[in-house]
Amino acid sequence: MRKSEEGADGVALAGIVKSFGATRVLDGIDLAIEGGEFLTLVGPSGCGKSTLLRIIAGLETADGGTVAIGGRRVDHLRPDERDVAMVFQSYALYPHMTVAGNIATPLELRRLTLAERLPLVRHLSPRRPRVMRGIMAEVRAVAETLQIGHLLDRRPAQLSGGQRQRVALGRAMVRRPRVFLMDEPLSNLDAALRVHMRSELAELHARLGITFVYVTHDQVEAMTMSSRVALMDRGRILQLGTPSDLYDHPATLAVARFIGSPPINLIEGESDGAGGVRIDGARLPIAQGVAGGTRVTVGIRPEALHPAPPRHDGPVLRARLKRAENLGAEWLLHAILPDSAGTAVVARITAAEHEAAQRAGLIGEELALAVSASGMHLFGADGARIAVRRLAGAA
Amino acid sequence: MSPSRLIGRIAAHTVLAAGAVVMAAPFVWMLLTSIRPPEEVFGAVFDPIPSRFAGFENYGQALTASNLPRAMLNGVIVCGGILAVQLMTAIPAAYALARLSFRGRELLFALVLFGLTIPIQVPALPLYIAFANLRLLDTYFALMAPFFLTVFGLFLFRQFFRTYPEEILQAARLDGMGEFEIVWRIAAPAALPAIAAFSVFSVVAHWNDLYWPLIVITSSERATPALGILAFRDAETGGNYGALMAAASLITGPMIAGFLAARRAFVRGITMTGVR
Repeated sequence: MRKSEEGADGVALAGIVKSFGATRVLDGIDLAIEGGEFLTLVGPSGCGKSTLLRIIAGLETADGGTVAIGGRRVDHLRPDERDVAMVFQSYALYPHMTVAGNIATPLELRRLTLAERLPLVRHLSPRRPRVMRGIMAEVRAVAETLQIGHLLDRRPAQLSGGQRQRVALGRAMVRRPRVFLMDEPLSNLDAALRVHMRSELAELHARLGITFVYVTHDQVEAMTMSSRVALMDRGRILQLGTPSDLYDHPATLAVARFIGSPPINLIEGESDGAGGVRIDGARLPIAQGVAGGTRVTVGIRPEALHPAPPRHDGPVLRARLKRAENLGAEWLLHAILPDSAGTAVVARITAAEHEAAQRAGLIGEELALAVSASGMHLFGADGARIAVRRLAGAA
Repeated sequence: MSPSRLIGRIAAHTVLAAGAVVMAAPFVWMLLTSIRPPEEVFGAVFDPIPSRFAGFENYGQALTASNLPRAMLNGVIVCGGILAVQLMTAIPAAYALARLSFRGRELLFALVLFGLTIPIQVPALPLYIAFANLRLLDTYFALMAPFFLTVFGLFLFRQFFRTYPEEILQAARLDGMGEFEIVWRIAAPAALPAIAAFSVFSVVAHWNDLYWPLIVITSSERATPALGILAFRDAETGGNYGALMAAASLITGPMIAGFLAARRAFVRGITMTGVR
């Protein structure tokens, strides 16, 4: 296990297997999370990402495989001995305690003996008042950094969703864990707050410098915050890489489909054996070295489609415009391809490009969509990516 | 409000009011009798309002003729002791049955349900013989011990704990709490409404219990409230119904006051746990 420059501890998972009854939830997960990185486990619900996080935390026991934190195996350790903190989707605050009590609890449990925590008996300890003063000072400091210092005497029921989220973060931060685990922490917030908290979490990660493992089903969260993303489906990791790796070089059709909003356009076709893919009336020159007659799927990112002028030399798809959506800075052109059994496609263009195309009369009921070669991906019938050699000079 | 809805509500309230009258009538009659002079209790004239106020002599006799204050003190000791041990055992056991997974959990819970069906009359005789052999008859312990373990409470708390959010328990484990600390610091405070509801059931049942004290208690020093009242039916006091009702009023008073104080939590506890 490597450590980052700051000495943060990484997490290594080897051969993690877990079944619930007859259902195999995790099917041999190997994953090396570098010290200090922000790694996101993303995937559709039921893909096993939350279970994997709980196994790292020690809240679930794996049926097989090992978990190591900072190079030391922790399989036999209880959750609290692993020195990890977790933020839950529901925040999981203690409802009958104040904000201060919630944040102080992990420190009290570490620094006070059992007798010093018992009702009545605890007042016999001469050490306790001093320890509690220290704890409360740390609680206040953490609350100040999260801007919830004025809420310390409130109870969770009196807080808004965003404030509860901060309290949950504070309770996790206060004991300076080696690894920070987060299970869909933003999914209960409204859209505006979610966007705001995304940048706050990224800042928090930069400030704390420790390893973050983040679980979400939202690919936007995965793309915007992570140093690396592990995309999971049906108990396996489909692809592990930086957000741009996953976006620009999806390893499988499933990855391509999951990452990107609006989603990637997928067009069924057949290789012609001469470096092209036939899609009924059109031909896309991207299938170098694929045997003729092979069924393939072409994936085209929405931003790789542009309204084409007449006599455009490069691959072009004939399309029929269904709807144009104005997003302010950009436009989404929803169209269908009459050549390809009415497959729906979306083109994303800037407002300036839309205006120019509009003026040139390129956007009518019928339009031609030029495909830029860099935005095309080719997948075989098994869903695996087919490496494409790009022709020099292809637009 | 439309006329038909108004009629519907009036009808509903009429039925409820009739029920309330039926429920309250014995208590009102008890209170009226407790201030009625003795010659009027079985008098020929039926008049709900007593002809003269005989409260002082009836209540005075209730407090002095038998050992009623002592019986009420015994009641407090016995009910408090039973409730304390019940809560200390039923809460952790219910938590374990509801939230921990271990081999045989379903079987144990089936036994709990089975236990709900057994009335105290069934094990009364073997218990009596056991206490007799241990020379524990006529003690507080004999009054309390058969009720220390409560399957009803266990069932009630289990239903409550099952609805408690798992993530909070997991957060507590990550923070470093052991399961016992989770029970008392996290789960029990949340279960206060259920605890209040159960406490009302438990205290009322054992305060009013006549069957078991009648079996194990012989001396008046250990008499519980219900046994204390029996004294007024003795031949010695000549079946003084005014004093009897005064005594009955005195021992029901604390129960009613206690219920009214805990009413809100009681109703919440019952509705939350699904025991309706």
